[in-house]
Order: sequence, then C-alpha cells, then structure tokens
Amino acid sequence: MQRRVTFDNRLLPYLLLAPQVAVTLVFFIWPAAQAIWQSVHLQDAFGIRSEFVWFENFTHVLGDPNYLDTLKVTIVFSVAVTVLAMGVALLLAVLADSKIKGARAYKTLLIWPYALAPAVAAVLWMFIFNPDIGSFGRALRALGYDWDYRLNGGQALVMVIMAASWKQVSYNFIFFLAGLQAIPRSVIEAASIDGAGPVRRFWTITFPLLSPTTFFLLVVDMVYAFFETFGTIHALTQGGPGKATETLIFRVYQDGVVNNDLGGSSAQSVILMVIVIALTAVQFRFVERKVHYA
Amino acid sequence: MKTTRVIDLVPHIVLIAGVLIFAYPIYVTLIGSTWDSGTIGRGGLPLWPGGQGAANYAQAWAGEAGDRAMYTPVRTMMLNSLVMALSIALGKIAISILSAYAVAFFRFPLRMAFFWLIFITLMLPVEVRIIPTYKVVADLGLINTYAGLAIPLIASATATLLFRQFFLTIPDELLEAAKIDGAGPVRFLIDVVLPLSRTNIAALFVILFIYGWNQYLWPLLVTSSGDMETIVTGITKMIGTGESANDWHIIMATTVLAMLPPVAVVVLMQRWFVKGLVDSEK
Repeated sequence: MQRRVTFDNRLLPYLLLAPQVAVTLVFFIWPAAQAIWQSVHLQDAFGIRSEFVWFENFTHVLGDPNYLDTLKVTIVFSVAVTVLAMGVALLLAVLADSKIKGARAYKTLLIWPYALAPAVAAVLWMFIFNPDIGSFGRALRALGYDWDYRLNGGQALVMVIMAASWKQVSYNFIFFLAGLQAIPRSVIEAASIDGAGPVRRFWTITFPLLSPTTFFLLVVDMVYAFFETFGTIHALTQGGPGKATETLIFRVYQDGVVNNDLGGSSAQSVILMVIVIALTAVQFRFVERKVHYA
Repeated sequence: MKTTRVIDLVPHIVLIAGVLIFAYPIYVTLIGSTWDSGTIGRGGLPLWPGGQGAANYAQAWAGEAGDRAMYTPVRTMMLNSLVMALSIALGKIAISILSAYAVAFFRFPLRMAFFWLIFITLMLPVEVRIIPTYKVVADLGLINTYAGLAIPLIASATATLLFRQFFLTIPDELLEAAKIDGAGPVRFLIDVVLPLSRTNIAALFVILFIYGWNQYLWPLLVTSSGDMETIVTGITKMIGTGESANDWHIIMATTVLAMLPPVAVVVLMQRWFVKGLVDSEK
C-alpha cells in the first residue's frame, strides 16, 4: 500500500529509517544470524576454534529425553494457561457485558492486573501459597494436605500455571469485552424474541460471532505462555523441583547462561524461532480474516 | 412490581468473586508490608494493618540493612526501572514514528525491503536470541549501563506498523496543501503529522511504559551490579529460595512499590490504555 502523493526527497527517507534499521540489524538480525551459525557449529572449551557439524546440535538436543520432557512440560503448561486464562476471562466478560449494575466498576477492578509483571504476579502468589508464610499454603497443610510446591513437582507446575493464568486473565478480559460490545444487540434481541434462552443465545450467536477474538487470543496466550512466563517460573520455582517446571524458554536460559553450552542453547534458540515464526504466520493469516470479517 | 430474584444475583456473585481473586494477593501484600518480618515469617499475618508500615517503607526505600541481608535501596531500583521504562517507551515511539513516516510518505528504492526488515523483528523476541544478543551488548561495552538495558529493546515492528497504518489515513489533500504552501517533509512532520498523532502516541506510551517497566529476562542478563538493578528483578533476588527466614517486611514493601507505577498508569489512563492495547494488536 502506498499513498498517491508523496515527498520526493532522495536522502531523507534513509535518514529517517536509519535508527530503526540500525537497532534491528545490530540487536536482532546479527544475533539471530549468530544463533543460527552457532547452532550448526561445535566450539571447543575456550571458544577459539569451531567446527561445522551440520545438524549434530539439533539431533543432540532433540534426542535428549530431558529435552522432550521439557517440551512436554511446556505443552501442558501452555495449554493449561491458555484454557484457564481464556475461560475465566470469557465468563467474566460475558457477565460484565450484560446489563448489570456497576459494570464500569467491575471493568476497572478487573483490568488492572495487566499492569503487573509476570514475575511480580508470581511473587504475590508465593506470598499466599508459600507453605511457611502463606495463608492458603498453611491452611492446606493444616487440613492435612502435604502442600509444598518447592518439593513436589506436580504442585509446582500447578503453582506456575495458576500464577501465569491469573496475570493473563485481564488481558483476555479486555479483548473479549471489546469483542462482545461489537456484536449488534439486534441479533441477540431477535433470538430472544424467537424464544432462545440466555445459554442457547450464547452458544448459537455470541460465541460464533466472537470467534475472531477467541482465535486471536488463542495465539497471543500461547506466545505469552511460551515466552513471557520466564519471569513467573524464574521467580517461583527456578524450573524445579528437578525439572518439573522447566519450559523451553527457561531451558535455553539455563543451558546458555548458567551452563554455558553455546551450541546446544543456539540449536534450542533456532527451534524456538521456528515456533515463533509459525505462531506469527498463523496470527497474520487470521488478521487477514478479521479484516474481511469487519 | 420488580423484585430481585436470586438468579439475578448470580452474575454479581461471580464478578465479585473474580474481583476478590485479583485483589486478595495485593491486599495480603499491602498488609504484610505493615508488619514485622517475624510475624510474617511465622505465618501469623493478620488481616488488618500493623504499625510497622512507615518504618518498613523507609527501610526499603533507603536500603538500610534488613535483619538478615543488605539490599539495593528501592529508590535506586525505582530510578533504574523508571529510566529503563521511559527510554524504552519514548525510544520505541520516536524511532517508529520516523521509520513509519519514511515508509508512508516517501517513494524510494528498497522501501519494501526495509519494511520487511523491520517486520521480521516481530518474530525474534529477545528470549530466542538471548546469548548472541548478550554478546553484542557485551562487545559494545554496554553491560551495566542504561543504554544496554534499553537500546536492544527499542526496535518495534508493532509500533511502526501502527503509525504507518495511521499515516496512511492522513488525506492526500493535506499533503498537497502543505506542499503548495512550501512546507518540506520535516515541517510537515512536526506541524501536521505529530499533532494529529497525539492520541495514538499517548495510547502507545501507556502500553510501552508498562512493557518497559515489567522487563525481566533482559535486565537479569545485562545488569550484574547492585546499583543497576531494576525493581522487578530486584524483588526475586531478595526472595532467593523463599525460606521462611527472610526479610519479608522489606520484600513486601518493595513489591508494593514495584507495582505502584504501572498500576497507577493503567488506572489513571484507563481509556488510553484500552485504546493502546486494542490498537497495537490490530
């Protein structure tokens, strides 16, 4: 797309683009190229010599049962976070959208958690569910339940899923509410006159008309669960106990920064890039659909 | 005639439950920040405020040694977070406006190539290129600097796309009139385009400020000295492994202070915030 009328200046557009392009080349393209280069090379312990090894790093990573466990944890975590965050948000949005007293107040009281960093959300959950200091954590123990997410892998996974979804509900709520408000009242009223009850109206009219929003949020939440929850996990469980809450992104950090395994970490980075590209592609296909829909 | 049926109360009950689930952890943290570490550490935190509030916040703010450890003062961490958040937000907006202006208002060789180059950054979040990006920043000598914290994060495909989209809606007639009046591209940008973009800039600023303030992985990597610590990473370092013997009163006061700026921005600028959020995802 291009305007009909433009300025005709030869040098200026390049100068205007220069800062953005410089940052992109230095901090995005070059490091990404480095990651790809490193992913097909093996470096010696001193980082002086490196040898081209084709896909050895990849076969090594993908053949590692630990990595497959991490992948499994990531999938369970992402699906659980997405379903929980979207389900709760949709329920709250539908209720807040109905003609209800104080809808505006509810809205304000439900959107502010968006402002919290994932790591801060994790810290807040720890204050409540820590088995020593948290009220709920202690209550669970008092009831005879052996609650300690620092020792029990399953409980740790539940903790990070809850903390990560808790933070993401507000984001989904905002978009579901916007989506609901865009649905023409007349359609719903017509169904109402035809005798459809509220539940039936929701499933036959509201939910299908909301599908572009739902699909969009599905992708956004998956990306969130994959990448942005690093802070949640780092603050709450450090990937542990064992590797019970280690997601792909946490492992890249662990292998690259903590264990200093360049080739393996780069191969993982490249795998993650492929996942992001796939998710972005899905999202953009959808954006096109949304334009037609609107 | 109109009577309230029980069923009408159900939505309110669910919504209030939702509000409480989001508010309760904040309430506990607020309360905790007014008690002493012993009370919190024993797990005996009451539901009402204690008398230690002022002392705890003063202690956290000044970074006086707690009962068990020394911490970076909250005022230092808040300043670092503020500089980082503002640099990222304003930096992203500035370079995105310039590049969107170039792409929208000029015709020049390689225009689309540049556009795609910027677009690609969408697919390269910092998480997938951690080590090489860290290495670039280290080679440039930017570890433990504000520049190292902010500059690698200011490229923005989303903001560029958003501004380009908006610039394309500026009518051609306006541009023709400006040209006839002898206004050059720089003049037109400053006198016409920027004033027209005010609401877009404000909305985007709210979103990007929160984005910048809440950065976690990147500050964790590029800062190693206490005086460059940002507040979000600072909290988790204070907590460590989460043993019961921690300076919980200082940690909770710090958490409250860490939440304050972004939450205030969302609550006070709610309209712009929602607009910015919905716009930037289009």
